[in-house]
Amino acid sequence: MSSRYHPLLELTSAKMKEFIREPEAVFWVFAFPLLLAVALGFAFRAKGPDQIPVGVVTPAPADPAAARAAGALARDPGLLVRQYSTREGREALRTGKISLLVEPGPPATFHFDETRPDSRIARLLANDALQRAAGRGDPLPVSSEKITEKGSRYIDFLIPGLLGMNLMGTGVWSLAFSVTTARSRRILKRLVATPMHRSQYLLAQILGRLVFLFPEIIILVGVGWLLFGVSVRGSLLLLLLTCLIGSMAFCGIGLLIASRVKTIEGASGLANLVLMPMWILSGVFFSSERFPDAVQPLIKALPLTALN
Amino acid sequence: MTPEKTAIAVRCQGLVKRYADVTAVDGLNLEVRRGECFGLLGPNGAGKTTTIEILEGLTEPDAGEVEILGTSWAHDGNALRERMGISLQETQLAEKLTVVETIRLFRSFYRQGRDPELVLSQLALGDPEVLFLDEPTTGLDPQSRLQLWQIVMDFRAHGGTVLLTTHYMDEAERLCDRVAIIDRGKVIALGTPPELISSLHAANVIEFASEPEIEEAVLRALPGVTGPHRRGPNWSLPVGSLAETVPALLDTIEGSGAKLVNLSTHRATLEDLFVALTGRALRED
Repeated sequence: MSSRYHPLLELTSAKMKEFIREPEAVFWVFAFPLLLAVALGFAFRAKGPDQIPVGVVTPAPADPAAARAAGALARDPGLLVRQYSTREGREALRTGKISLLVEPGPPATFHFDETRPDSRIARLLANDALQRAAGRGDPLPVSSEKITEKGSRYIDFLIPGLLGMNLMGTGVWSLAFSVTTARSRRILKRLVATPMHRSQYLLAQILGRLVFLFPEIIILVGVGWLLFGVSVRGSLLLLLLTCLIGSMAFCGIGLLIASRVKTIEGASGLANLVLMPMWILSGVFFSSERFPDAVQPLIKALPLTALN
Repeated sequence: MTPEKTAIAVRCQGLVKRYADVTAVDGLNLEVRRGECFGLLGPNGAGKTTTIEILEGLTEPDAGEVEILGTSWAHDGNALRERMGISLQETQLAEKLTVVETIRLFRSFYRQGRDPELVLSQLALGDPEVLFLDEPTTGLDPQSRLQLWQIVMDFRAHGGTVLLTTHYMDEAERLCDRVAIIDRGKVIALGTPPELISSLHAANVIEFASEPEIEEAVLRALPGVTGPHRRGPNWSLPVGSLAETVPALLDTIEGSGAKLVNLSTHRATLEDLFVALTGRALRED
């Protein structure tokens, strides 16, 4: 008897080879979520607190009231002051270049759109600055302590969501596709005709998939950390365990799909039907809390919500 | 190697399989003896593939019993699979794996086996006792077909049992010790190829066409003709002796004022038997 190979090992390695030799699959599993993270991360990256642009109506270049008002407003670090003629100022306000237009008066008049939150803030700041400049004292001394909580930025929310989405997509697709392909090419029947244990085939399908879990996590989390400083706040082991359990759940869904359909087209349609609601509802790109209360129980029941 | 040496390798009784509104196998009985090459011959759609897949343990029959090497699939399927070699109709292999990788993969399923270098095809993996071959040479080029025939004959020479399906009568005649002719899910004839052919009671077949045509009643009256039947534009006449019938046929044609368009003769084949039994050709081509 010659050296023996273990069937589970052989099946798993066959599954892995089939994946690696499909460049498109490799792209969608590794490169695509990365590109998505980078693109979205840059688009929504957190900037410092913005200065709110406000305009001061300056009828003549050397108008003393306007100059005083502009000087007072400029002392507030939250405001960016520009001076306009009456007509220019209205135009700038209308087109959204400034959030508030101040006529120094007296009496000082604020022009702003009440539905714009930034305008309301600008009015409060401007009013405060002008009143203080006019000699108002604060009867109650206050101090504010500014904090920035780590992990509250959009990218901090996005990276785990993308990771979950990726695990879901690849888990469902890779199982549903490879088993359905094997069936339609009659490979499944051929395998059943051998003394192979069916449980080993299914196990190999899942193992062959899970092997790629680690590079996937490492790449996505690594890039998130290097590019955006998204660090893992919590146990790495726990993250890995969560990913493992989540991925196995999605492998199960993939197998369930493959167990019913006979063609690739059928598998593709069914997989989309299963995946689509989770992409949207399960809090990949924005928090699932934004959906109405009526659908919350349903959202909570989706496996991707649990993983995210 | 084997604990019990049964004389019968494959036996099935009263096999029935229905798909929706089609009865693919309709009460089929078979016995394949150990060490013989047994052929299921029949046209496409006769139920050959369904039958062999039931015998391979891949399809569950609606009724009937299957016994393979003295045991059954339900009893110990995987032990039985160790002793089988199977080729399915039109199996494609995994697209992304090389041949060596595929053989390594399949080889790993068997408890014992030869070195991969010695394995010519998936068939011989694991030293099987019985080979099931479903349409093994359909779609092969003539050279590969001959090579496959050689593999089957070598396997037989080492005492292996073969059950194959085919719609090529020459394949059945060349390879098979016994043949069951199958039509519409039933065995309609069974025996060795020479037995089956001699059951035609005609060693030869005359095929001819004339202008205008000769009537069937006239042909029936000719000496030595058993059952004339149409074959495309031609009449096909199974006859006992060419020397007896050919001159009589030519006289009849000439006497009726008709003109002979073509005439050929050949030794009777399984195909002629099938046509005589069913009135249809094995392959409509």
